[in-house]
Amino acid sequence: MQTASALRSSVRSSVRSFASSARYQASPALNKEFKIYRWNPDDPAKKPTLQSYTIDLNQTGPMILDALIKIKNEVDPTLTFRRSCREGICGSCAMNIDGQNTLACLCRIDRNPSKKSKIYPLPHSTFLIVTILNPLNTFAFTVYIVKDLVPDLTLFYKQYKSIKPYLQNDNLPEQGEFLQTQEDRKKLDGLYECILCACCSTSCPSYWWNQDEYLGPATLMQAYRWIADSRDSYGSQRKEQLQNEMSMYRCHTIFNCARTCPKGLNPAEAIAKIKLELAAD
Amino acid sequence: MMSARIGLGSVTRKVAFAPVIGRNQTVLRTLIPKRGVQIQSLSPSASEEILNAQRLKRPSSPHFTIYQPQLTWFSSIANRMTGGALSALLYGFSLAYLVAPDTFDSVHIVEFVAGLPDYVKYTGKVILAAPFTFHFWNGLRHLSWDMGKFLSLKGAYRAGYAVLGATAVSTVALVLM
Repeated sequence: MQTASALRSSVRSSVRSFASSARYQASPALNKEFKIYRWNPDDPAKKPTLQSYTIDLNQTGPMILDALIKIKNEVDPTLTFRRSCREGICGSCAMNIDGQNTLACLCRIDRNPSKKSKIYPLPHSTFLIVTILNPLNTFAFTVYIVKDLVPDLTLFYKQYKSIKPYLQNDNLPEQGEFLQTQEDRKKLDGLYECILCACCSTSCPSYWWNQDEYLGPATLMQAYRWIADSRDSYGSQRKEQLQNEMSMYRCHTIFNCARTCPKGLNPAEAIAKIKLELAAD
Repeated sequence: MMSARIGLGSVTRKVAFAPVIGRNQTVLRTLIPKRGVQIQSLSPSASEEILNAQRLKRPSSPHFTIYQPQLTWFSSIANRMTGGALSALLYGFSLAYLVAPDTFDSVHIVEFVAGLPDYVKYTGKVILAAPFTFHFWNGLRHLSWDMGKFLSLKGAYRAGYAVLGATAVSTVALVLM
């Protein structure tokens, strides 16, 4: 009796030690360097810099966001970034990782320790001539850094609001809700999934130069989402709003938007479809 | 355990062993240190002012030069640059012909080029043929997009590589002509 219980306990302890060794002992440290953009509004005179952090990837989750959270928790609590859902549905953690705009929570850490990972906030560009001719103008229309990896997206949200991103229809159904055929509903697939993370707009060269007037891929794809909706009756007004040189026609089919979209959507295609519809009008 | 870790062990123990009258919330609240943040109530216009003052000091987000080079935007930039260069050449040559028709007529140009060494001829041909063919094929890529073709990301990339291949082949063909 006594030997049986001793045996059982020794088996149990060996199982436990196997499990724990698999998790903690069998993996040696895999240190990787992350270079992260820092700027502190409390010390505004100090120019933005890249700060290095080295962490053990075997003690970190698989995604870039896991690394950022680990750095904030264990190394440097002043590191500032937006995050919420950690599963690619809120769009908060959009940033430029190793040169590409993406969501930190959907971006795997490159496990090659000799490669440094560079993390910047969403990029922008100011057209130099505009800056020289009219500095006040560029003041109002660039992406500003609030702190570290947190950009000020006020303009982006204003542009989204300007296309009236809601159902407009004066003929309400007599009872119940607006109905739609399955084919009409299918037209919205690949459009409605957008989470407005701003990765595409801030990857677009046309938006880099003309973000004061050009609406940008994210906003334009949502404009098309409402034009394509069979339940919306304001399609002609919506198209009229885009019928000018700047709002949409600054899109030169570059495809950076589709290349960078962390949700795998294709704003370039949606904008091309608006152009085709406007051409047919 | 939690309180022991943040150094309040003795305080809470004292409270626990104190007479009932001391074991109430107010005492606990005064014993545990308050947060260092003070909240201040501001009118909307005042908070706007603070925001504007902050905005004046904010840096712009990093410049586009940090962005990864990709076929998508590099082919677009190349299309613009070749287009600009080719039109500059066309307009420059036409204007030069207007100004000095005797120097820039066909006979003089043929004579001038014939007198150049071979390596200059071939280099010159590449410099002219490569932008021309690239702009031509990429123009077709743009026209197909405007017709609604190749609008998937894969399609855009395939068309891009096809443009690069066609540019290489037709440049070589033009240079050997």
